Amino acid sequence: MKIAFTAKNTDWDAVIDSRFGRTNYFVIYDEETRDLSFINNRDVQSEAHGAGPRTAQRFIESGVSILITGNGPGDNAAGMLTHAGVKVYIGAGGMNVKEAYQAYLNNKLKQII
Amino acid sequence: MKISIASGKGGTGKTTLAVNLAAYLALEHDVILADLDVEEPNSGLFIHGNKTYEQAVYRMIPEWDSEKCSLCSLCTEVCAFHAISRVHDDILVFPQLCHSCYACSELCPVNALPMVQKKIGTLKQFESGKLTLIESILDIGEEQAVPLIKQAIQFADESFPEETIRIFDAPPGTSCPMVEAVKHADKVILITEPTPVGLYDLQLAVETLQALQKAFVVVLNRYDIGNSHISEFCRDKQIPLIATIPNQRKIAECYSRGELLYHTIPEVKFALDQILEYFHIPLQAS
Repeated sequence: MKIAFTAKNTDWDAVIDSRFGRTNYFVIYDEETRDLSFINNRDVQSEAHGAGPRTAQRFIESGVSILITGNGPGDNAAGMLTHAGVKVYIGAGGMNVKEAYQAYLNNKLKQII
Repeated sequence: MKISIASGKGGTGKTTLAVNLAAYLALEHDVILADLDVEEPNSGLFIHGNKTYEQAVYRMIPEWDSEKCSLCSLCTEVCAFHAISRVHDDILVFPQLCHSCYACSELCPVNALPMVQKKIGTLKQFESGKLTLIESILDIGEEQAVPLIKQAIQFADESFPEETIRIFDAPPGTSCPMVEAVKHADKVILITEPTPVGLYDLQLAVETLQALQKAFVVVLNRYDIGNSHISEFCRDKQIPLIATIPNQRKIAECYSRGELLYHTIPEVKFALDQILEYFHIPLQAS
């Protein structure tokens, strides 16, 4: 299973970005191959409007179906993620990617979608 | 003559000045007061007229026709506001992000995004002697004030003779709604107060109006509190500071009862006379 994390950087030590729409990166862990990769989302910073849907579009196109983040997406993005069947877990704000993955494995995060 | 009354900071006296200036002018002139603070219009608390007109206000948004759609995704690429997204085989429209530009609808090769009406608010007209109040109010849950402000100004333009004096009570701040409420005006009055936040937000408003190339003046409310930084700022920037209103308990009492001030507060009448003199609008009663 591939799992994505909203993060301020691109590795295991990267701090989780609490925001969905304006996250700098998605760090993606593939549990089968144990590969860590990332999607660069930094260009969204320059958007005045609609960062949530734009980021959601990009995320959905990646095909990853589990998302771990901090505060959770706003209504527009949440609608898209729901429509796409993505599972969203929140409450990882302040952790790094490694800690967030552990918290996910230990059922410490809250699933909202 | 179109005069917008704006401010960077909220609560500095836009509505107080707008209703008093409009009612005072209406002693002798035909005046329209348009309350463009459509998220919470309150000029109507001070102008007690008879309602003579009411209409719903709409804006246009695209509606997806799944039967016609060929899923080319062009709409999602042309939307500057990311108000349309594709999720697998569906196109999702987010009305609150849509700016009604028609790009998606016009460019769709198979006409799968016809524009449809969406109600966003209500426009009402009240009359009290020579004064007409136009009050627009945004529906609860609507995020975009600009289309409603635009239509209220258009209504004021088209429904009354050109020589009628128009006073626009603008929303606070310096974002799109404020810009819409000042960009049609001949002159803008910025009303502020002598506090650090009053000065900071005045500077933002001044920068906004300069970018819009609008002529503007400043009125200083509660001039006898705080410090002299506003008057120094106006002097340095060569911005006309055309009138001042004092900080008086009696003004707050009248305001709290929904009363106009120029009848009972000589300093307010004096400030209004100074403003009219600056704009060369004669009033025999003054």
